[in-house]
Amino acid sequence: MSEAGGASARVPLRRRVRRHAQILIALPLLAGLVLVASLAPLLMRHDPNRLNPRVKVQPPSQTYVLGTDEFGRDILSRLAYGARITLIVTFASVVLAAVGGTALGTVAAYAGRAVEMVIMRTMDGMLCFPPILLGIFVVTFLGPSLVNLILVIGVLYIPRFTRVVHSSTLAIRELEYVESARALGSSALRIVARAILPNILAPIMVQASLAAGHAILLESGLSFLGLGPPPPAPSWGRMVEQSGRYMQLSILPIIWPSAAISATVLGFNLLGDGLRDLLDPRLRN
Amino acid sequence: MLRYVLRRTGLSLVLLFVIATILFFSLHLLPGDPALLVLGGDAAQPTPEQIAMVRAKLGLDQPLWLQYATWLERVMRGDLGRSLVDDRPVARDLANRLPRTLQLVIPATLLSTAIGVALGMFAARRRGRLADPLASSTALMGFSVPVFVVGMLLVALFSITLGWLPPAGYVPFGEDPLGFLRHLILPTLALSASPMAITMRMTRSSFLEQASLDYVRTARAKGLPEPAVAWRHVLRNALLPVVTVVGLQIGGMFAGAVLVEYIFSWPGLNTLLLNSISTRDYPIIQGVVLLAAALFVFVNLVTDLCYALINPRIRYE
Repeated sequence: MSEAGGASARVPLRRRVRRHAQILIALPLLAGLVLVASLAPLLMRHDPNRLNPRVKVQPPSQTYVLGTDEFGRDILSRLAYGARITLIVTFASVVLAAVGGTALGTVAAYAGRAVEMVIMRTMDGMLCFPPILLGIFVVTFLGPSLVNLILVIGVLYIPRFTRVVHSSTLAIRELEYVESARALGSSALRIVARAILPNILAPIMVQASLAAGHAILLESGLSFLGLGPPPPAPSWGRMVEQSGRYMQLSILPIIWPSAAISATVLGFNLLGDGLRDLLDPRLRN
Repeated sequence: MLRYVLRRTGLSLVLLFVIATILFFSLHLLPGDPALLVLGGDAAQPTPEQIAMVRAKLGLDQPLWLQYATWLERVMRGDLGRSLVDDRPVARDLANRLPRTLQLVIPATLLSTAIGVALGMFAARRRGRLADPLASSTALMGFSVPVFVVGMLLVALFSITLGWLPPAGYVPFGEDPLGFLRHLILPTLALSASPMAITMRMTRSSFLEQASLDYVRTARAKGLPEPAVAWRHVLRNALLPVVTVVGLQIGGMFAGAVLVEYIFSWPGLNTLLLNSISTRDYPIIQGVVLLAAALFVFVNLVTDLCYALINPRIRYE
């Protein structure tokens, strides 16, 4: 690490900024979002769910910075509270997918034979289902709710992590330091925890960041179809769908949540790309 | 080659089997009595007769292993059961709807591939100039914007604001070819936006990778004009990985079509699926999901075989 630090110190600031431009854009964007989401009750003047029939579909004004929706609710407040839903679903489902995928991936790599085959073929099979279709299938029968959304998205993204962890583990467990740990009599569990996991953290983090982008697309897509948290929860996907119904009056209420979703996904995609470049220089082109 | 085809086809069959298995067990893995889930959960309070009827109809009164065996055997015969709502065979409904979804997916694939490859090559050949980062960042935005946002914004712009194209609906080609095309434009654009961005990125990086190889230097050294080098030498090799990506995208587009069909009221497979959500018509929902996954496997098989055909190195591995 000290070597890398020394090298980067000699690179001019402009070049360094350009090299990590993606992360430098992504981090403030995502940090801002987290801040707005967590401080929403302090920052927002209006209750996101308060109906006010006298101010239906208002254009942006001093009172309603982004205008109001068809029930006279403040769009800015709804966006800020909606960020909570998006971030909670994304974070929880990606953690679930990462933990599940890491467990399955290491078990598959270590157990070998039949266990490995069953796990990996099941993952291949799961990857054949378009996530949104399997999402629709499960949510239809479980019922739409925040927790179900998290469970579905989390489970759907397990295979990606399983694959990454499985192949990285297979590569690493042949290395000499792992072999020496084994020779010293470490248990498999200890080897995985001490020698393997720290070394596959980088690909897992890259995967997590990219999966977060996908998870938001899936979450907002399901919400758009009415399979997200039930109303009046201000989920972004549903806001786009609802405001599409009175497009003739104003297209602004579609623009705001659309921009929020797109910017958040972009943030995670930039972060993922940036992390990959940062953590794995071989993939750079 | 024959060995490769056989092995690859065999793998796809295994995958189909795994898919059918996952789908069968997914209803049983959900917490709760499957019959109750189908009838609408605890809140619906169905009568014992209704529960018994659904059990009998879905074969839920049989032991699990028998249900599983029956399901596999019927799926292999192409029998996907009957709708719980109107008792029509699911397979026939799917067969009626599939062509209309293909009417969206095929033009969208052609469009996204043509423009994606063109833009990718354009960006790669202008590396280091303004056009390249511009094209690359546009691509990154392209696959960060959800397909339903693209669809809604297209409607807002071209139908509501400009009034050029119909906001939704479907006209059969046989009745009114021009009307069909007018209804096709916006959904196709919406569906192809994100795949276009991915194809563009893939083409760009693949083109740059190829362009740095020795045979390209040789081609230049023997005095070939730059367009000939780019088109005949670099592009042909650069397209190999793109073929795989496009194949994966076709599979993914059946999923993107869910939202596109919803926005544009396009009466394809997915509209059938979405209509069945409110009635919890289990056999139909299951049928659509199974068909989409099977199509994904099939398209990937075809892609891999095409890939082997154009890239002999694969066949002999």
